[in-house]
Amino acid sequence: MNIVVENLTKIYGLQRAVDNISFQVETGEVLGFLGPNGAGKSTTMKSITTYLTPSSGTIRVGNYNIYDHPEEIRRNIGYLPENNPLYPDMPVIDYLKFVAGLQGVEPSQHKARILEMVHVCGLEGEKHKKIAELSKGYRQRVGLAQALIHDPEVLILDEPTTGLDPNQIVEIRELIRKIGRQKTVILSSHILAEVEATCDRIMIINKGKIVADGTADALRKHAGGKEILHVTIEDAQLNEVHQQLMKLESVEMVDFVNKENGTFEVQSKTGASSRKAIFMLCVQNNWVLTRLNPIETRLEDVFRELTLS
Amino acid sequence: MNKIWIIAKKEWQSFFDSLTAYIMLVVFLGFSGFFTWLFGSDIFFVKQASLSVFFGVSYWTLFFFIPALTMRQFAEENKTGTIELLLTRPVTDWQVIAGKFLATFLLIGFALLLTLPYYFTVASLGNIDNGATISGYFGLLLISSAYISIGLFASSLTNNQIVGFLLAMAIGILFHFIFSLLAMSTGGLVAETFNYLSISARFDAISRGVIDTNDLIYFVSLIFLSLVSTEAILQKNRN
Repeated sequence: MNIVVENLTKIYGLQRAVDNISFQVETGEVLGFLGPNGAGKSTTMKSITTYLTPSSGTIRVGNYNIYDHPEEIRRNIGYLPENNPLYPDMPVIDYLKFVAGLQGVEPSQHKARILEMVHVCGLEGEKHKKIAELSKGYRQRVGLAQALIHDPEVLILDEPTTGLDPNQIVEIRELIRKIGRQKTVILSSHILAEVEATCDRIMIINKGKIVADGTADALRKHAGGKEILHVTIEDAQLNEVHQQLMKLESVEMVDFVNKENGTFEVQSKTGASSRKAIFMLCVQNNWVLTRLNPIETRLEDVFRELTLS
Repeated sequence: MNKIWIIAKKEWQSFFDSLTAYIMLVVFLGFSGFFTWLFGSDIFFVKQASLSVFFGVSYWTLFFFIPALTMRQFAEENKTGTIELLLTRPVTDWQVIAGKFLATFLLIGFALLLTLPYYFTVASLGNIDNGATISGYFGLLLISSAYISIGLFASSLTNNQIVGFLLAMAIGILFHFIFSLLAMSTGGLVAETFNYLSISARFDAISRGVIDTNDLIYFVSLIFLSLVSTEAILQKNRN
């Protein structure tokens, strides 16, 4: 089932939490929402799950519209809300049984589904404990188990790995990737590495608007148009090297990175590359070029550039 | 119906898990038993084989206990955010409300069932009016339903249980005292309206075993109005 969001706007009082955004997620795609706190990620997710009614705009999940067939959408969505709300007094098994019943899982299938979820989410040792007795990581697993119990076509996960330790994070990411091959998944996070590791596509949201949309590579290219090189030149006068580098036609800026070993940061003009020119320069002057490597724009930088303006 | 039952079962379970149910049952039976059999103008004082004293006592005990049962039903879900998960399941708001209503109603029904020995005791003492007893119990269930609906409405307004409890009590007091007081201090049509709205006048008849259509319509409308308002609040929270 695909998700189509068209001109979604959500206004709280005077604030536009989500401002006229449109996007589409295909089946078999994992979309990552990135954005600072309060950017409108959760609001968008809550609208897709039919919890919030948009101020304007429409959302379709498969062939169902949130206004006309909210129940069909709810049947097909697995949702893990922000902060993972659970009933602390309920034992894990009872809670999963309750959810399975509400989600309309066939009663004959209850036991099998619950056992599978307990297994998939690694809850074997805690299944008879009350939720209140679980650690944060295990609660998060219960949250995932309840979202997956009815084998939903669409999975909406609001910050799924908060509170998990590094091993669990890797497990959960693998699980999400596995599910994402056949289902439609939207997840939000502010851990950039996580989104990069799990998602096919990244969408950066800021102040209720989409500011970037594409694969991690595409986003890097989009933001880092200029070539940046780290150059180490040995056996040479640093100031002279600096001057000579500045004279190169394609170079926009040269900076010292490490004066001890003679490392410079060379930023080229937009669209130009200085690699060949630097090599030729070293050959001409008999300098020893020991390093010449391009610096990739990190996703963090892309994120900061897009959301700090 | 199935979904309503699933929600009701979960609510019922949480009454017992949180010990609320045990406390409620013990205190209700203790209170109504004490005032019915042992203290003040008790059942022996009226010199009739009638449970009307018990009905009068229950009327007041339930007035305090039902808000204590309903106070957390929406307030706690609002506070922890579980309401978001509940309302994004394939259930309607009405099924959620009905499930919570049903669980509380069944618990009250269970509490009243445990007072049946009172009936058998009184019946063995003299000639009891069975019709009056049945309609007395029916009246208690009717009033309980009204309290439950008001309690659910109050609980849906807040994310604090105590506020939910106090609000339900405040609305209850309005129907118990304020309206009849206003009826006394005004006159004409206004007084009649307030008198109509007051619960207390109706209960006197009910505890004697008399329920007329007028009362039935009154309670059903009160229940309906409270539940519709609860649904409106759930809807409003989505905006």
